[in-house]
Amino acid sequence: MPDVQSMVAEFVNKLRKRKIEGSQATAKCTVELLRSVISHQRVPHANQAAALIDAVKAVGQQLVAANPVELAVGNVVRRVLHIIREEDLSLTTAAMAGLDLLDASDDDDIDNCKGIGYPAMSAAVVAAAARSTLRPPSLQTLLEGTPESATVPYTSSSGADSESKTADKSSLTRKLKHDVIEGVNQLIHEISGCHEQIAEQAIEHIHQNEVILTLGSSRTVLEFLCAAKEKKRSFRVFVAEGAPRYQGHLLAKELVARGLQTTVITDSAVFAMISRVNMVIIGAHAVMANGGVIGPVGVNMAALAAKKHAVPFVVLAGSHKLCPLYPHNPEVLLNELRSPSELLDFGEFSDCLDFGAGSGSLQVVNPTFDYVPPNLVSLFITDTGGHNPSYMYRLIADYYSADDLVM
Amino acid sequence: MESRRNPRAVVDPKVRQVGFFTSSQPDSSSTQQQQQQTDPIPASASSPPVSTISPSGNSLSPVMIPPPRLNSSDTFPLRGAAAGASSAVSPSSFSYSNRRDFPDGSTTASPGRHSRGSFVKSSTPVASSLPGIGMDSMAAAKSSSVPASGLTTVSVATMPPGLAEKASGMEVQSDQKKNSKPLKEKTTKAERRAIQEAQRAAKAAAKADGGKVPPGTSASVASTSVKVAKPAKPSTQKNEVSVAAGVTEKKGGPSEKDRKKDAPHPRMQYDDESRVVKAKRRAVVKQTEAKNRVELFRHLPQYEHGTQLPDLETKFFQLDPMHPAVYKVGLQYLSGDISGGNARCIAMLQAFQEVVKDYSTPPEKNLNRDMTAKISSYVSFLIECRPLSISMGNAIRFVKNRIAKLPITLSESEAKAALQSDIERFINDKIIGADMVIVKHAVTKIRDGDVLLTYGSPTAVEMILLHAHELKKKFRVLVVDSRPKLEGQLLLRRLIKRGISCTYTHINAISYIMHEVTKVFLGASSVLSNGTVYSRVGTACVAMVASAFRVPVLVCCEAYKFHERVQLDSICSNELGDPNAISKVHGREDINYLDGLTNNANLQFLNLMYDATPSDYISMIITDYGMVPPTSVPVIVREYQKEHLLV
Repeated sequence: MPDVQSMVAEFVNKLRKRKIEGSQATAKCTVELLRSVISHQRVPHANQAAALIDAVKAVGQQLVAANPVELAVGNVVRRVLHIIREEDLSLTTAAMAGLDLLDASDDDDIDNCKGIGYPAMSAAVVAAAARSTLRPPSLQTLLEGTPESATVPYTSSSGADSESKTADKSSLTRKLKHDVIEGVNQLIHEISGCHEQIAEQAIEHIHQNEVILTLGSSRTVLEFLCAAKEKKRSFRVFVAEGAPRYQGHLLAKELVARGLQTTVITDSAVFAMISRVNMVIIGAHAVMANGGVIGPVGVNMAALAAKKHAVPFVVLAGSHKLCPLYPHNPEVLLNELRSPSELLDFGEFSDCLDFGAGSGSLQVVNPTFDYVPPNLVSLFITDTGGHNPSYMYRLIADYYSADDLVM
Repeated sequence: MESRRNPRAVVDPKVRQVGFFTSSQPDSSSTQQQQQQTDPIPASASSPPVSTISPSGNSLSPVMIPPPRLNSSDTFPLRGAAAGASSAVSPSSFSYSNRRDFPDGSTTASPGRHSRGSFVKSSTPVASSLPGIGMDSMAAAKSSSVPASGLTTVSVATMPPGLAEKASGMEVQSDQKKNSKPLKEKTTKAERRAIQEAQRAAKAAAKADGGKVPPGTSASVASTSVKVAKPAKPSTQKNEVSVAAGVTEKKGGPSEKDRKKDAPHPRMQYDDESRVVKAKRRAVVKQTEAKNRVELFRHLPQYEHGTQLPDLETKFFQLDPMHPAVYKVGLQYLSGDISGGNARCIAMLQAFQEVVKDYSTPPEKNLNRDMTAKISSYVSFLIECRPLSISMGNAIRFVKNRIAKLPITLSESEAKAALQSDIERFINDKIIGADMVIVKHAVTKIRDGDVLLTYGSPTAVEMILLHAHELKKKFRVLVVDSRPKLEGQLLLRRLIKRGISCTYTHINAISYIMHEVTKVFLGASSVLSNGTVYSRVGTACVAMVASAFRVPVLVCCEAYKFHERVQLDSICSNELGDPNAISKVHGREDINYLDGLTNNANLQFLNLMYDATPSDYISMIITDYGMVPPTSVPVIVREYQKEHLLV
């Protein structure tokens, strides 16, 4: 247990000092940390799912507070919570199914005068909940008109369940934890594999002799472009250099190493060049529930220019970047200001900064992120396929449970 | 020359309407012209000494606050289609009234009448003294053997010049229409000689008369040297030619050429192999072509930077065709010591002043032609050093035009003095004065509490900010900058030194800071006649984001930078900077991702210098003629471009 604590503390520290860059790396670290938290968490006999959820939430809150701008942390914590809830639910369903069978065979009369029958009620709730979350709505369920009681919180059901099922408690406990860890492993796999998933779709979007503009340095974009290149598509990439961090240089270097035709342009030339560009492809930092995108600084400018010239603006985002929050004033609240030294050499300007009589004050603004409103985005390509910005809220409902939106 | 005093009784009242496009202040303009002779730098004289061009009889001094539109509508005659049409028509009305003098003119009688009828409707009766004078000169024309030039010669002597120019100009054209071809054929060398003699005589006579000087004497020169004065032909004549096409079919020749010259020259396209080779053979600066070039920009020159400078410096003392002043300016362009539209233009003009000062006409050569050729060779040298900006193109056009229009009667020293003073005046009025006017206008748009955003380091905007600060206005400035030049840092330093509160950021962060901005002030390298602002690369981004955030965008640009060219994108015509400036990040040793990759065939660097901002992003253009919307740019180009040439 103490080693988990120290691991959490260490990770929080890293986040706070912004030692971990990139949402994918952060997401991966977060999941791994949460996995060890879960595996080390001692689960009480009763109500083990709730205990797990509480533990994960507690750690998650610390992590999110450490770097509230890195939305991937929050996303991953929510994903893990969702996994726990889902595993718990499926176990309960399985248990209920067994119980139901038992009930049906044993006391028919009770079942007949149902309605108030506690287990039956619970089973119905669970079934409805399971239906709504696990399976796509079929025509039949739509016609049936699932009762509103489906939204009864399932802590009660799991509580009831654990009360009713005391026999194989220990095995169930172990099973839940095991399943959750299994699920988390799957999540890790998914996060690390999202590049390939997204890159697979590249060939459908890039045609011969295309001119593509990108900015910032995103591994997803790199893999995406290279996948198209490997499929013998020949195209040209313009990379905006992305001052003051010059991540574009980094991306250009890697693209050139992989044999792509690359042209580095200054950020200011984005508007000038956009008229000759067929597609803008960027990697997102985070995708908000309304379909807005938080990306590297300068992205909004490119999106506006693309809109003006009717150039498709495509955002690549792994599912861990989908954030269930709706942005409010994201340019300011979900942004981060970096050191002025990236822009101005302090030594050169120190003589201007005496703030004595007759001298003006100097501020330097160096934000990290930019927000692109959903109306400027043409397409999201996630590991589950291409989506419209207006569909993002629905995707998010698949990945997160509504209870976790506010942590 | 007594014939010019022949009383002409043809005072057709309708002919008076011609006054619509002449200045209504004959007296003032005549005195102005006197000034022009005596004092070569009349403060605000813009009445052209050359008569074939009629547009702005007495325009405003360029430094003046733009006049109320109403007022200017009769000062600037060619304002709109009606005026153009009427000007096209009027010559034939003259020809109608005078056809007895010109036997071959009689054929045009009926078109003349028609057109006059239509003309009367569209015109207002302004100048009343004109017709008689016009007839006068017609009579004079008769007396001389070559009416076309004779007219101009004589007309000036007696009539108020402002009017005379117009009238005679038109007559010349009308004459040309009818009989230019036969005349051209007829005029032998001897005859032309005779004309010149006659002109001199006229001049002498006029001087004797009342010290009045006929600037129009140069008209004949102008008409013969039209080919040299390439961009000068005003639209008047174009219109005339086109409208009266039926009449002018036989003529065509020179004015067709002029029209072609009128259109902006197509620029050198560097993907045209043969031309590039040719140009290289002529070149003084041996630039090495950059190897790794961006496919889209093959049509623009891109050279290895910094390789040729030492070589040129050593050649400084052994270059006989090049004037040292021009050479120096060229090297400064090359090394980037002089940058910024105004600075470059002024440096070039001052070099030309030096050239003019040290000039002496070679034996058996004509000053006008030889000097034009010289200037052209200097200009091509400057182009080799760095492609010309549009403003410089305009300035060169002005200088060449002035040279072409130099009265042949002037002695060499007089001509040189006149030229130098013309150039001086261009610098003072069109550049420095214009900036002051712009500042005066723009300051009215700055209020207390404003947050002003500017991009790069535009000189005009800097002057505005400093002036507003002197006026104790309370505002904050956001300086947006971009790689690789980082000119904003220089501006930032200067503003802070003067006590203005500044915020500095780079262009990527523009969306972040645009929330707080209340106005955007931008500079421009040129404003094109479709309203496109051609400026430092990144300006378009700033303007776009500003308009997306509903922040007004004000572009400050002197009117001499306006150009009739149109451009839709930033690709077709642009300038490429040093590509290596992109791969190396100054002052950031940690950013070295691209070291050693500069020769990789797959990697190119594109350092664009300019971009074109669409006019829909621009709320207002502040120029020395006032604050206008971008849609009014073609108006300014049309109305004032001629004046530039005539100043």
